Amino acid sequence: MNHALTSAAISIAALNKWYGNFQVLKDINLVVAPGERIVICGPSGSGKSTLIRCVNRIEEHQAGSISVNGIELDESLRNLDAIRREVGMVFQHFNLFPHLTVKENCALPQILSRGKRRKEAEEFAMHFLSKVRIPEQAEKYPGQLSGGQQQRVAIARALCMSPRIMLFDEPTSALDPEMVKEVLDTMIALAEDGMTMIVVTHEMGFARKVADRVVFMEGGEIVEINEPNRFFDDPKQPRTRHFLSSIMH
Amino acid sequence: MTITDTTPILGRPALATPPRRSRKPVVHVFFGDLAATSLTVATGFLLLSMIPAINWAVFDANWTTGDPATCREGGACWAFIAAKFRFIIFGVYPPDQQWRPLVVMGLIITMVLASLSPRLWGRKLAYGWVAAIAAMLTLMWGGVLGMALVPTSSWGGLPVTLLLALLSLGLGFPFAVFLALGRRSKLPVPRLLSILTIELVRGLPLVGLLFVASILLPLLLPAGWTIDKLGRTLAALTVFAAAYLAEVIRGGLQGLPPGQVEAAKALGIPGWKTVWHIVLPQALQKVIPPLTNTAIVMVKNTSLVLIVGVFDMLSASRVAATDPLWPAPYVESYVFVAAIYFVICFGISNYARWLESRVQARTYR
Repeated sequence: MNHALTSAAISIAALNKWYGNFQVLKDINLVVAPGERIVICGPSGSGKSTLIRCVNRIEEHQAGSISVNGIELDESLRNLDAIRREVGMVFQHFNLFPHLTVKENCALPQILSRGKRRKEAEEFAMHFLSKVRIPEQAEKYPGQLSGGQQQRVAIARALCMSPRIMLFDEPTSALDPEMVKEVLDTMIALAEDGMTMIVVTHEMGFARKVADRVVFMEGGEIVEINEPNRFFDDPKQPRTRHFLSSIMH
Repeated sequence: MTITDTTPILGRPALATPPRRSRKPVVHVFFGDLAATSLTVATGFLLLSMIPAINWAVFDANWTTGDPATCREGGACWAFIAAKFRFIIFGVYPPDQQWRPLVVMGLIITMVLASLSPRLWGRKLAYGWVAAIAAMLTLMWGGVLGMALVPTSSWGGLPVTLLLALLSLGLGFPFAVFLALGRRSKLPVPRLLSILTIELVRGLPLVGLLFVASILLPLLLPAGWTIDKLGRTLAALTVFAAAYLAEVIRGGLQGLPPGQVEAAKALGIPGWKTVWHIVLPQALQKVIPPLTNTAIVMVKNTSLVLIVGVFDMLSASRVAATDPLWPAPYVESYVFVAAIYFVICFGISNYARWLESRVQARTYR
């Protein structure tokens, strides 16, 4: 295995995926360096969510290879488990566990998948809830919180597992406009701490400010990858230009 | 208009409290329109037609009597219930040993009360139940600790009804969870086995299942093997309960958004722990009303065991009414037994409503 691949945080090579006969991912190649922040954008149905969901096998791919911090995502359950330890994920619809309090949401996964003691898990939970600035909501249930607060809990829950890479699947798309900022601020703080991040989002302001590289996808393929200033000011591909003109108003 | 004027633009002061709804006059409520009038009249007739029944049951009834033969003249013979109370409740259980089923019922009530609050649900309570059930069966059976042995053929009445209902639901529930999970499994063998079991049992009437268990099963077993008749009946009820509960639980599993399992996967929670801690609690909460329904139906289904000769409360009341000393007071017997069933089922139903309101109080989405 060559050195560049093993030192990469995530390396995706010749990735293909089909739903039935419909090809959702076509020959995707992407290498993410440790500490790098990648923003993936593109029209809906372009395969961007599917791509990051393949990284921790929430979705299965049919051809190509994915490795995370040198661990190959193959049929071995041990590798899958190891990769899921490295990777945290934040979903569009939060996916908090509604029957558990905020604190339990953060503590229980640590107990169940890492075998931590309850006391330690709860301390960890409170630490990260403070970090996303909602420790006072710890005893409430997710349904009692606003969307922005729920998404911050979801981020805290993922951070409790001490991931080295975070995947964000349209984290602000289900939020009311006035709540987008609090979630983006949390993500910016995370980026400043040096977390490796892949963010699927339509928040172009965030992309410009935080991303090291922006990936544009359409029709299941990567159309263009560039650093943000060049991507927004001087896109190379006509499809990118067309997409940008349709979302910038 | 001065500057201090705070009148809103529409010209009326803003209301600090919601406006009070004006009450309708009583006459209007009962005779307001055609629908209300016809309902009032119909209800009136229904109430009038019930007067003879009420007279029979209350005003003309005999509550005590010195002579059983004349007890039924005029009204209901409740004196019969007083005289046969012990028999209906305990059946043919040896009278000098009837403190044992009494203690069993006390245990059942204590354990049920102790299990009401979900806050106490946990491993300790589960062990408590196992110990309590073992104690109940020991008490009923006897043969140890100086208690005389009472074979299951002599058990009877309310304890049998309660034990059958409790054990068939309690033993059926874990099976039901496995059947429901199996039916949704991607693996073909568990899925087909689950579907086969559920559909087979649901396709048979409970009476048929009870006959199979009580008559066919002993014939099929190798010579010398016997399983107690009450045990066989319980097995049939358990299988029946499991099939119905499984379909209810499956409904809850299907209502669970896929994001829940995805989140658990992303957090690296192992599969069976996800099922136990994330999937099942939510799925079961969603199906409290139909679970209650099945529980109530199963309590009443236990009365069907009388056709295979198990002496439950309904059987006991029928036998009590055949006593030639009394003027065949079947109606009184049945009304009394119905009242006991009603109290149990109404209790279950109210408890379930309370559980639901507790769930809603957390504003689940």
